[in-house]
Amino acid sequence: MPRYLMSVCYPADSTAPGEQELEAITRDVTAVHEQLEAEGAWIFGGGLHHPSTATVVTARDGSAVTTDGPFLETKEMIGGLSIIDVPDLDAALAWAERMSRATTCPIEVRPFVHP
Amino acid sequence: MTDPERAVELTFREEWGRVVGALARAFRDLDLAEDATQEAFAIAASTWPEAGVPDNPGGWIATTARNRALDRVRREAVRAEKHRLAAPGNPDAVDAWEPDDEVAAVDDDLLRLLLSCCHPALDQPSQVALTLRLVLGLSAAEIARAFLVPEPTLAQRLVRAKRKIRAAHLRLRLPSDHELPDRLAPVLAVVQQLYNEGYVATAGPDLDRPDLCDEAIHLARLLVRLLPDEPEVRGLLASLLLTTARRPARIGASGELVPLAEQDRTLWDRHLVEEGRALVHECARRGTPGVHQLRAAIDLVHCEAPSIQETDWPRVVALHDQLLAICPTPVVALNRAVAVAEVAGAAEALRLVDALPLERHHLWHATRAELLHRCGELTAARTALTTALGLTANQPEQRLLARRLAELSTEGEAATGDRGGAD
Repeated sequence: MPRYLMSVCYPADSTAPGEQELEAITRDVTAVHEQLEAEGAWIFGGGLHHPSTATVVTARDGSAVTTDGPFLETKEMIGGLSIIDVPDLDAALAWAERMSRATTCPIEVRPFVHP
Repeated sequence: MTDPERAVELTFREEWGRVVGALARAFRDLDLAEDATQEAFAIAASTWPEAGVPDNPGGWIATTARNRALDRVRREAVRAEKHRLAAPGNPDAVDAWEPDDEVAAVDDDLLRLLLSCCHPALDQPSQVALTLRLVLGLSAAEIARAFLVPEPTLAQRLVRAKRKIRAAHLRLRLPSDHELPDRLAPVLAVVQQLYNEGYVATAGPDLDRPDLCDEAIHLARLLVRLLPDEPEVRGLLASLLLTTARRPARIGASGELVPLAEQDRTLWDRHLVEEGRALVHECARRGTPGVHQLRAAIDLVHCEAPSIQETDWPRVVALHDQLLAICPTPVVALNRAVAVAEVAGAAEALRLVDALPLERHHLWHATRAELLHRCGELTAARTALTTALGLTANQPEQRLLARRLAELSTEGEAATGDRGGAD
C-alpha cells in the first residue's frame, strides 16, 4: 500500500501553546496514533523539537561541513510527522483531517516514491 | 461533412468521457485510458468512411479502445520482462471489464472520472483542464485557446495534474453518500468557472465565448442525469440556462454589451427560461436551498420581470440575504447591494458597497459609479468609472464603461451637477 508523510505545519511566528493546551494536543495526537496503529496503518511518528535545535551536515570533498540551525529559514515550520500506510490518497486525507483536529494545525500530506 | 465523419463526431461527443472513464477504472491509468480512447477514435476516423459506420458506434469505440489498452499493457509487460501480473493496472479488473456493461455502470464510470478530475487535492485550473480533456475530450490546444494560455503551459498543467494523481495514489472511486456533497462542490465550481469564463472572457475582443458556455451547460446536463437527486446540480443547470436565455439581448448588433436595464426583454429565449423555471420550482419543492439553487432563483426573478422597474426587488434582496448567509463573500454582498438600491435607495446601497473589500474588482468601481451618479455625485462617479475601466481587459466591457463615462461627462457639462431624482 502507498505510504504518506503527514507533516504538522505551523507558522514560525505563532506562540507556543500553554501547558494545558499542550496536554490536550498530546493526548489527542496519541489517540490518533493509537487508532492508526489499531488499523495497521501506522509506521512511525512523533513530535519534533524547535528548528533552532537542528544541525545541518553537508558532505563535501571527503570532509563535512556542520552548521547550526535549520537548512531553510521558513515562515512555516514542521512540528511533527507521521508516516502512514493506507490504500489511497482519500484514506490519507481522512487521517490528515483527524490529525489536523488533534494538533489544531494544518497537515501536509505527501506520498513516498516507493510504496 | 460526410455521414461517417459526422458519426465519428457524434460518437466522440457522446462516448469519449464514458470510454475514458471505463478504461481508467479497469486499468487504473489515466494516460493509458486517454491514449487508447484517442487511438480508437483515430481508427474510427480512418476506417468508418470505407468500412461503414458500425451498428453500435459507442460499443465499437469502447471495444477498440479496450483492445488498444490491453495491447499496450501486454507490450509494456513484455518489454519490461515482467510477468503479466506485474503490469501496470489491475489484470483482474481488466478481465472483469466488459464494454457492454449496463448503462448504470457506464454512468458510474463517467461520474467517477468527473469527480476524480475535480478532486479537492488538485487546484482549480488543473481541475478545469482535466475535466475538459478527460471528460469532454477537448485537446490541449483547444483548452489553451479557450483560456488564453500558451499551449505548453496548458499541456504542462495536464501533465503535472496526472503525475500527482499517479504519484499520490489518487484512486478513481465513487464517494459514499455522506462524502458526496463535499466532493460535488468542486465539480459544480468547475462547471461554474467554465461558464463564467465563457460568459465574460477574461480578455480579448469578444464579450463572451458561447462555445465555453455550451460546454459548461453540457456538463451540467450530464451531472443532472448522473445525479438526479442532487438539487444543487439542478440549481446550477437552471442558473446557467436562465443566464444563457438573456444572451440574445445582452449583446448588441455590433457586439457591444447591453446592461440588464437596457435589454430588449422580448429577445430573451423563452424556451430556456421555461426550462430554467421548471428546474427552479423542482428545487424549491425539495426545500434544501444551496448556493446554486439560490442563484437560479434570483436569475428567475429577473427572467420573469417584464422590465427593470417591475422586477420584484424585495424578493431579489431576500434571496440575496439567504445566499449571503451560506456564501458570505464580498461579491455576493455587492450583488445584494445592487438590489438594495432599488428597494432602499442608492445612498443606502452606496453605504453597503463602500464597506466591501473589492478595490481590485472593476465591477465594484462600476457599481459605485452608478450609485454615486444616482446620488448626484458626478465627479466621484467619473473617477470610479475611470478606475473600473483600468481594471477590466474585456473589450466590450471597456467600451460600455467608456460610453457611461462619456455620458456622465456630457451630463456634467450640461447640468453642472444640477440633477437628482432623475433616475
